[in-house]
Amino acid sequence: MHKLSALNDFVVRFANVNGTGSASANTMFAKAVFRMGIPVAPKNIFPSNIQGLPTWYEVRVSEKGYLGRREGVDLMVSVNPQSMLRDIKVVKPGGYFVYDSTKELYKEYIREDIHYIGVPMMGLCMEHFADPRQRQLLKNMVYVGALSALLDIELEVLQQIVREQFKGKEKLVTANFEAMQMGIDYIHQHYEYPLGLRLERRDEVGDRILMDGNTASGLGALYAGATVAAWYPITPSTSLVQAFEKYATKYRIDPESGKKNFAVVQMEDELAAIGVVLGASWNGARAFTATSGPGVSLMSEFLGLAYFAEIPTVLIDVQRGGPSTGMPTRTQQSDLISAAYASHGDTRHVLLFPSTPKECFDFTADAFDLAERLQTPVLVMTDLELGMNDTMSPPLSWDSSRQFDRGKVLTEAQLEAMTERYGRYKDVDGDGIPYRTIPGTHPTKGSYFTRGTSHDEYAGYTEDALIYQKSVDRLMLKWETAKGLVPEPELYQDGNQSEYGIIFIGTSTYPALEAIDMLRESGIAMDAMRLMAFPFADSVRDFIESHDKVFVIDQNRDAQLRSLLVNELEVHPKNLIKVLNYDGFPVTADYIFKTIQSRVAAGVSA
Amino acid sequence: MSFVKPKFRHPDLPLNEVGYSRADYEGVLSTLCAGCGHDSVSGAIVSACFEMNLEPHRVAKLSGIGCSSKTPAYFLSNSHGFNSVHGRMPSVATGANLANRDLMYLGISGDGDSASIGMGQFVHAIRRNLNITYILMNNGCYGLTKGQDSATADVGSVNKSGHANQFAAIDMAGLALEMGATFVARSFSGDKEQLVPLIKAAMSHPGFALIDVISPCVTFNNNPGSTKSYDYTREHIEATAAVDYVPFKEEITAAYAEGEVLDVALHDGSYIQLSKLAPNWNPFDRIGAINRVHEAKVKNEILTGLIFIDQDHPDLHQMLDTTATPLNQLPQALLIPGPEVLEAVNRAGR
Ligand SMILES: Cc1ncc(C[n+]2csc(CCOP(=O)(O)OP(=O)(O)O)c2C)c(N)n1
Ligand code: SF4
Ligand SMILES: [Mg+2]
Repeated sequence: MHKLSALNDFVVRFANVNGTGSASANTMFAKAVFRMGIPVAPKNIFPSNIQGLPTWYEVRVSEKGYLGRREGVDLMVSVNPQSMLRDIKVVKPGGYFVYDSTKELYKEYIREDIHYIGVPMMGLCMEHFADPRQRQLLKNMVYVGALSALLDIELEVLQQIVREQFKGKEKLVTANFEAMQMGIDYIHQHYEYPLGLRLERRDEVGDRILMDGNTASGLGALYAGATVAAWYPITPSTSLVQAFEKYATKYRIDPESGKKNFAVVQMEDELAAIGVVLGASWNGARAFTATSGPGVSLMSEFLGLAYFAEIPTVLIDVQRGGPSTGMPTRTQQSDLISAAYASHGDTRHVLLFPSTPKECFDFTADAFDLAERLQTPVLVMTDLELGMNDTMSPPLSWDSSRQFDRGKVLTEAQLEAMTERYGRYKDVDGDGIPYRTIPGTHPTKGSYFTRGTSHDEYAGYTEDALIYQKSVDRLMLKWETAKGLVPEPELYQDGNQSEYGIIFIGTSTYPALEAIDMLRESGIAMDAMRLMAFPFADSVRDFIESHDKVFVIDQNRDAQLRSLLVNELEVHPKNLIKVLNYDGFPVTADYIFKTIQSRVAAGVSA
Repeated sequence: MSFVKPKFRHPDLPLNEVGYSRADYEGVLSTLCAGCGHDSVSGAIVSACFEMNLEPHRVAKLSGIGCSSKTPAYFLSNSHGFNSVHGRMPSVATGANLANRDLMYLGISGDGDSASIGMGQFVHAIRRNLNITYILMNNGCYGLTKGQDSATADVGSVNKSGHANQFAAIDMAGLALEMGATFVARSFSGDKEQLVPLIKAAMSHPGFALIDVISPCVTFNNNPGSTKSYDYTREHIEATAAVDYVPFKEEITAAYAEGEVLDVALHDGSYIQLSKLAPNWNPFDRIGAINRVHEAKVKNEILTGLIFIDQDHPDLHQMLDTTATPLNQLPQALLIPGPEVLEAVNRAGR
C-alpha cells in the first residue's frame, strides 16, 4: 500500500474532546517543530461549547514557510471516539491514523488505503498512573511521545518544553517524561519508525515567534498607553482584553501605592462598552474596546456619534462567522462593510488590516495615534484565525524614542494665550481636523457642548443648511487627510509584471502568497497588493486600473472587500474578479490557486 | 439655534468665594416650552453650584437625549458638556469618570432616557456605585417626541390625548434602592427650597446619587388626570424631612426641637441637616426606605426628600483599585513597560 512520505511538509490533525487538557499537549507538539527551526501553522478548530464536544487542532508543517491552512490531513491523531469515523474519512490516501487502541476499532472504521497506528494510550496510563485525572491528561503526552518516534521529533526539544511548562513542579515533569517515554517505547516495539513523513532540523524560523494575535493586540494597547478598557465577553475577542488585563496587572501597577494605573471594566453590553470608550477618550484618556460582529452591530449608534462629534475611539474587531450569532467559533472577514460604514447617516470609519501578530501589536498601537490625530473611530479588523491561533510572526518591538501622537489638543497655556473665540469644530489648519480641549483644562476657556446633533464651528446646535453641509464636507476633507496617515499598501513586485493582479487583506495573505507561487509554477504571473487600511490610498486605484483583471480575495459571501473597492474607488466592477471563501475555515492556497487558474483558463470575465 | 446670552457682567453682581457670579454658572438661553419643569431644575443646578463655590470647569455635565437631556446647554457654560445618545449617558459618564476621577460628574436624564431605553445602563451604573450626581427629570412622558407615556407614568394617569396608562409604573427611586444606590432622593421642580440643598448634598456624596425630580411637562402632561402635573404633585407631595445643606465652615444651628433634627455629616466636611417630618424615618435604613417608597405608592403619595444615604460604600474607582492620579494625567513614561518586557514576551514565544 502507498505510504505518504514528505520531509518537513505535511499536516497533522489532532482530534480531541473539548476540555480534556489536550490543548497543552498539542501546543507542545507545534512548539517542538518550531524549535527544530521548521515553520509551523497551528490552528484550533473548536466548537461553541465548554466541555464534551469534538475539537481539533491542526498543525501545518512547512519548511517553505507557507503558513496558510492546507486542505487534507497526512497524519491524524484521534483520541475522540465521537468524531473518529469523520476523522478517518479526512485522512489522505496513504496517510496515517494514530489512535488510542485501548479499545479495539470497529470493523467499519477500517479503510484499506490508510495506515493504522494503534497505541493503547489510556491502557498504558491506567497501568502506570494512579490518579484518574492525571491519567486523562497524561494520555495526551503518550501520543506526543509516539509522534516524536514516528516523526523524528528531537526528544530533548520536547523535554525542554515540558520543563519550561511545569517549572517548579518536578513531579509533573517526571510524570510527563514517563508518559512520553511510554509512547516512544510502544512505537519502538510495535511499529517501523520513523514514518515516511518526517521532520529534520532546519534554520527556517529565524527570530520569529509564535503568538496569537489577541495577545499581541492586548500588548499593543498596553504599549500605546491605553488606561481604560471596557468590554463585553464575546468569542473570539475575549482573550484580547484578558491579555491586556493580564499584562497591565503585571506591568502597570504603581510601585509606591500598589494601585492600578489602568482600569478594565466588564460592562453590561457592547453599547455600554463603547460608551465608556467615548466618555474616557473625550475626557483625555486612551481607551479601547474589543468585540466581534454582533458587538459591532450594537456599537453602531455610538460609532456614528464618535464620527460626528469627533471623538477618538479605538475598537478591535476580531471577526467571526456571521450573520447574526452565525458561526461563533469559525473565522470570516465578514464585518468589512458593517465596520466601514457603521451607523446611520453618512458615516465612514478608518479600518486597519493586520495580518500577523506583530501587525496586531503595531496596528493596535497605531490605532490610538490615528484615532487621536484624526479624532474619529479607528477599527482594527482582525479575525478569529489570527486572533486565537498561535501564528508565526516577526518579534514584537517598540521604538523607545516613540512619542504618542495625542493629536490636536489645546493645553491650558495655549487656551490662556488664545485671543479669538475657541471653536471646537473650526478647521484652523485646512486639513479637516479641528482642535479639541479636555474637560477641566482651563477655568474660562475651551469648554464646549459635545453633541450628536448638527452643530456649528462652536459646537452650538444649528439647523442651518449651509453650516450643516459645510460641517459634513469638512469630515470628508478629514477623510482625505486620513489617506495620507494610514499605512500604505504593500506590493510584492517591482512595477507591474503581469496583466493580472491580486488584492487581499489580513489572514488571506499567507494562502494568497502561496497561491501566487503555485500560479507562477503553472505559468500564470500575478502582481500582488496587500491592503493595510481603509480609506484606500490612491495607489490602490492605480494598481487596479493598470491591470486587466484583478482578483480580490474575500473571506465572506458578499465580496465585501471588492464592494468597498468598487464603491470607494469607482473602478469598473467587471475588472475585479471575486475569489470567495466563506465556509468558516480559513481560505486555502489550493482554493485560491484553483479558482484563479480556472478563471484564467476560461478567459476571465467577471 | 442656540442663543448666546449677552456676556454683560454687572460690576455689582455678588461673587462667590471662588470669584464667580451666579451668571457664570448659567448657560445659553433655554429653548424649552415656557413653564417646563426642566428649566426650574436647571435653575436649581445653577444656584447649587454657585452657592457651593464650585469651579465650573471642574464639573463635567453629561446627558442622554430628550428635552431634559438638552438642559446641560442651559447651565454651566464654562463646564464641558456631553449630550450623548438616547439612554446611554451612564456609560459615557462611566468612561469620563474612569479617565479623570478628580472632576465632578453631573448626569442629566429623563424618564424615557433612564426608565426605558436606558434602563440597563441606569441600573448597572448604580451597581458600580459610579461617583456621579444623577438628576432624572421625571415628567411621566416623552416630551421631545410629543407626549407618549413613559415607563414612569402611573397606572390610570391620563395624558393630554386623553389616554389612560395601563402598564405598571417603574418607581425610579425604588428601583435605585433595590439596585444598591448609595444616595436616593426625590424632589419636585417646583420646590427649590428642597431641590437646591438636595443637589448640593448629592454633589458632595462620594458615589451614585440619584435625585428623581418630578418635573412636569406643561405641554403634554400637565392636564387634569395626569399624576405628574403641577397640581397633582403639589396636592400629593409628602416629604421625609425638610432638607438643609450646610457647608462645612458654617456652624450647625439646630432650629428644631430635640430629636427632630438629624445632621448627616458628608465626607467633604459638609452636612445635610434633616428635620424629620415622617415618623420612624431613618435615612440609613435601606429596607425601611424600600418599604416607605412602596407604602407611599399605595397611598398615592409622592414621597420626597432624602430617602436613603450610605456614604461608606466604595465607589467604582475604589472597587477597581485605580491609582489616585487621574488616569488621563499619567505620563507616557509610566504607561509603557520597558523594552525588556517585550524581549521576555518574545522569548516566551520561541
Ligand atoms: C435611539 C433613539 N430612539 C428614539 C429617539 C427619539 N427620542 C428622542 S427623545 C425621546 C424620549 C425622551 O423622553 P425623556 O427622556 O423622558 O425626555 P423628556 O423629553 O420627557 O424630557 C425619544 C424616544 C432617539 N433620539 N434615539
Ligand atoms: S415638551 Fe414638555 S418636556 Fe419638552 S420642553 Fe416642552 S414642556 Fe418641557
Ligand atoms: Mg420625560
